[in-house]
Amino acid sequence: MAILTRRNFIQAAGAAATLPMLGSTAFAQEKLKVGFIYLGPIGDYGWTWAHNKGREEMQAALGDKVESVYVENVAEDASATPLIRDLANQGCKLIFTTSYGYMDQTLEVAAEFPDVKFEHCTGFKMADNVSVYNSRFHEGRAVLGTIAGMTSKTGTLGYLGSYKVPEVVLGVNSFLLAAQKKNPDAKLKVVFIDSWFDPPKEAAATETLLNLGADIVTTHTDSPAALQILEQRGLFGFGQGADMSSFAPTAHLTAIEDIWGPHYTRRAQAVLDGTWKSENIWEGMVDGTVVISPYNASLPADVVAEADKIKAGYMDGSFDIFTGPIYDTEGTLRVEEGKVLTLEELATQDWFVKGVETAA
Amino acid sequence: MNLEIIILTILTIVGISTPILLAGLGELVVEKAGVLNLGVEGMMLLGAIAGFGVTVFTGSPWLGIAGAAIAGALGGLLFGFFTLTLNSNQVATGLALTIFGTGLSSLIGLSFVGRIVAPFGSVFPPALSRDPILKVIFGYSPIVYFALIMVVLVWWFLRSTRAGLILRAVGENDLSAHSIGYSVIGVRYAAIAFGGAMAGIGGAYFSLVITPMWAERMTAGRGWIALALVVFASWKAPRLLVGAYFFGFLMWLELYAKGGGLAGLPFIPSIPSQFWAAMPYLMTVVALTLISLRDRIGSSAPACLGKPFLPAN
Repeated sequence: MAILTRRNFIQAAGAAATLPMLGSTAFAQEKLKVGFIYLGPIGDYGWTWAHNKGREEMQAALGDKVESVYVENVAEDASATPLIRDLANQGCKLIFTTSYGYMDQTLEVAAEFPDVKFEHCTGFKMADNVSVYNSRFHEGRAVLGTIAGMTSKTGTLGYLGSYKVPEVVLGVNSFLLAAQKKNPDAKLKVVFIDSWFDPPKEAAATETLLNLGADIVTTHTDSPAALQILEQRGLFGFGQGADMSSFAPTAHLTAIEDIWGPHYTRRAQAVLDGTWKSENIWEGMVDGTVVISPYNASLPADVVAEADKIKAGYMDGSFDIFTGPIYDTEGTLRVEEGKVLTLEELATQDWFVKGVETAA
Repeated sequence: MNLEIIILTILTIVGISTPILLAGLGELVVEKAGVLNLGVEGMMLLGAIAGFGVTVFTGSPWLGIAGAAIAGALGGLLFGFFTLTLNSNQVATGLALTIFGTGLSSLIGLSFVGRIVAPFGSVFPPALSRDPILKVIFGYSPIVYFALIMVVLVWWFLRSTRAGLILRAVGENDLSAHSIGYSVIGVRYAAIAFGGAMAGIGGAYFSLVITPMWAERMTAGRGWIALALVVFASWKAPRLLVGAYFFGFLMWLELYAKGGGLAGLPFIPSIPSQFWAAMPYLMTVVALTLISLRDRIGSSAPACLGKPFLPAN
């Protein structure tokens, strides 16, 4: 796979090599060069697609002041390190590494380039020149869970997971907790496929979840494969990362859209202004980072009303799905009555709430 | 598990198995002719995008399948030109074909991102294809039946026809076949084109049947599993059929175990799901070991596999 990665890198690098000739020599003020490391292909129509939209939005917002390069299909292993380093060597002064699995690689390269700013997505390790940024996707999952809890006939929900990392664990727990507020007996079957992007496996896993009794499936992987299976089976689900309704007009009830553009624009502007600081940034619905796609017209009005209540609760800060009492799968009380989990506790969550059924 | 769920599970397993069966069957013929083409993944991706693109433009998945076969075969012929005509290294050229196919399909696919076509499902009347029980026989895409027919045809061709004998002779001893007047290069070109066409159709199964859309790299490594499958089947078509469905079963078992489906059984739930994920590859190693134990004189691989054809004059 390293060879494939390099091929894409050469494409991006080639594009990057031609850009500075147009830019930095023609203008007196040096352009800020911003680099992006992407997990999947920009055409995945999910996670990476959303990050690339964010990059384009930043480029459009800041125009001549920035130029951007990206490397796609970067594996979450040691092969990411030289690619991040190459972006720094190319003159990028701000580098976004857009998946959890680039955590240590980002820190390693950041130590070599103290004058370059790094931002690592969904991680928790920081340094003077490494920020972490994340999105409170679980707020969106609470909206989806509410809809699922009211829509499911069997009370068994399905969750197509990628890896058992905190971001996904939070999604699983938030989804089920919200569903249980509408249907206290709701259970959640979770399958982790050990990949972010593998359409055939996503499809097979979705079918397996349905065969295990689920009648509604939400995905935490990056392609619309699950939705297409649901469409063929006449069942329902949700999009991930982007509005995927064009892939499954009937099955797609709504989606969580990741909107990264404002963050990328703000942070690039901060570097230009010299005000960039290492920070831990978790933005959510209220910041416009997590957006719920338009609801499917088939959703009954009472379901829409309940879903909107969760949205409104997050917008005005009156609602948090991780409010106690919350029990884990063993029946242990994890969050006491009235307590709310802090961001630090969320960032390292590794236990599932009562009702989650998975062998992972 | 009631009967209905068992039938749905069988449909899932057939869905997982069919693309690797098609691609593996093509590669089996290629390797029987003495050529190792590691570009299966690339040819599958070419087939996936060509099948999808043709279906979008013509509205006919049948033409899409034809387009996928042609695209895969062209990819194979490109490989043939380098390895047969120019005598380049087969391993390196095959890897290059995978990279090329991945890149070209991504490039062509840019204009197809976000589009869908109707799934190329069963062509039997709904009374058969949607019946909860009968769909275990009638509920599949025509490609599934095509794959099964091809297994029989390839088996018969290699075993019982003169042309099949020549193809095997070329794979076992190219110089001898050449000395008695057979065109080694011609036979190999034909085998490679066939292998490419089958890989292309296998790729189109992803973009037309399982998930009727285009996504970059949507085959996600199935071409490599097809290559392992050929070895697992020890270059025999009937074993390839069994192996493909067995691999499909193992890949399904991994997902089923992860979803807690094996909970309640003794011992088995404590096996990590990664073990099931590794099973197809482990089984290939086991099969190789068993083969070499059985006939110590020589392996069952075609004797000229992967070697360039260099006649004295």
